[in-house]
Amino acid sequence: MSGLEDLYREIILDHYRAPRNRGELPVPPAHKAEGFNPLCGDEVILYLDVADGEVRDVKTEGQGCSISQASTSMMSAAIKGSSVEDTRKLIGTFKALMSIHESKLEGAGDGSSSDTEEASDLEGVRLGDLEALQGVVKFPVRIKCATLAWITLQHGLDELEAAASTS
Amino acid sequence: MTMSLDVARIQADFPILKRQVNGRRIVYLDSASSSEKPVQVLDAMDRLYRESYANVHRGVYTIAEETTAAFENARSKVASFLGANEPHEVVFVRNATEAINLVAYTWARANVRPGDAIVLTELEHHANIVPWHILAAERDIELRWIPLRSDYLLDLTNLEQLLDGAKLLAFSAMSNVLGTITDVRRMTDAAHAAGALALVDACQSAPHVATDVRAWDADFVACSAHKMLGPSGIGALWARRELLETMPPFLGGGEMISNVTTQGFTSNEIPWKFEAGTPAITEAVGWGAAVDYLTGLGMDAVREHEIGLTGYALHRLRERFGEELAIYGPLDTSQRGGAISFLFRGIHAHDISQVVDQHGVCVRAGHHCAKPLMGVLGVPATTRASVYIYNDENDIDALVEALAAAEAFFAF
Repeated sequence: MSGLEDLYREIILDHYRAPRNRGELPVPPAHKAEGFNPLCGDEVILYLDVADGEVRDVKTEGQGCSISQASTSMMSAAIKGSSVEDTRKLIGTFKALMSIHESKLEGAGDGSSSDTEEASDLEGVRLGDLEALQGVVKFPVRIKCATLAWITLQHGLDELEAAASTS
Repeated sequence: MTMSLDVARIQADFPILKRQVNGRRIVYLDSASSSEKPVQVLDAMDRLYRESYANVHRGVYTIAEETTAAFENARSKVASFLGANEPHEVVFVRNATEAINLVAYTWARANVRPGDAIVLTELEHHANIVPWHILAAERDIELRWIPLRSDYLLDLTNLEQLLDGAKLLAFSAMSNVLGTITDVRRMTDAAHAAGALALVDACQSAPHVATDVRAWDADFVACSAHKMLGPSGIGALWARRELLETMPPFLGGGEMISNVTTQGFTSNEIPWKFEAGTPAITEAVGWGAAVDYLTGLGMDAVREHEIGLTGYALHRLRERFGEELAIYGPLDTSQRGGAISFLFRGIHAHDISQVVDQHGVCVRAGHHCAKPLMGVLGVPATTRASVYIYNDENDIDALVEALAAAEAFFAF
């Protein structure tokens, strides 16, 4: 089952078994963002404590498969204490990590400009544990599981920004 | 044990069952989602395209007439499979979903008034929920729900009260998640006693249990070819002639008219009134071949095989995994079809499906397009294994072994 071990790397199973930053934060001041995968019922809830351009704290709730929940846990660990700017950069990097391989799998990657662009997104950002999720791209139907937390985070940050600009 | 069907001979008719998945023999246990196709269906479709293909109901040349005859012959086969009075009561649509939508957009919009109610059940597929939500959002109608009992059968205690003031009772004859079989006649009788019509979603039951729209005393019946050995892209709405004749048309276009002027149009006769545009011709012919195949086996034998194999699966799963594997659905095989939904040791359905796939075992993971039911069950998703005519005890044994591997992989 070599394919399976690419998908379910030990670090992923570790985050699934012992998810980091589980729990709630009082809303407000924290902002709550929810994401659903309508195909399989995976659910991610994020509590984001963002102030002065920094993600001061993050807590997560929700349920789903090992990939969605491990990705949520790893993301929370990666962004806690980071600036919003770096967090957004990391979102871009992670999505690029998933989509580059997605296009290659579909045979669309012919060295086109978008590939090069995404590749440059990957430079200069340390993914750390998150690199373990790279194996997911060999299983295209699971990419949505891995990206759910990140898309939810992006929506949460967008909502916070929109609220800040109108207040 | 299951002597009702010669499964080895049936398996030989399904080319896809000869392939391997991840180095293992394929074990296809997702027929509740869509069935595989026998060579008889593939050949019928191939032959039409190679030997006699033209559009239907148009040309006067030989192959156009041949294709039209083949298409209408398929309608006759489906009609008799469903127990219809006449072929013209069968409207070809894309699938059961479209059949239900057709009723919602034509009959219901002409007959359901603000203040009326439509009664559904808690075990419905989204196909028999969302069209009614859309209607309810347009006009002030009430959706009422027949609840599920803890034994996974419908609670019909308050059926008469629920139907009071209702225009339609729309329900599934067999749950795609729980396998639960509905007492169709009990439901249609109650609907008619309350002055309501009865729509039966037979998408899950038609492949497995004999359908008899007249014995059911139904008003509308929806089904899909792809779950019963036929191709995707075609299904049927059956309705009584007098209903179809009074219903307004659905989609407008060619075929569905008898005359068109710059001032307006008049509708064609039934069923073509509801079949705008070039239909799924080859798919209809394929469906006809699928119906022949099932009729050749005999639906009683098909059902007997399902009961036997489902019983074996329930027994093996419970014997091997005990309380670690929670089955959602009736355990009495006379009350259920061959779809077995379960939770296993808290491992997410997605992860189970992924691991058993490494063993060549194809099972469905998710909410099975029945999110309200998932809410009633209190689970986000289940794994579902479902059997059909080409499955045997070896397939169930392979599932059990693959689940044991998933258990080992996620043990913590």
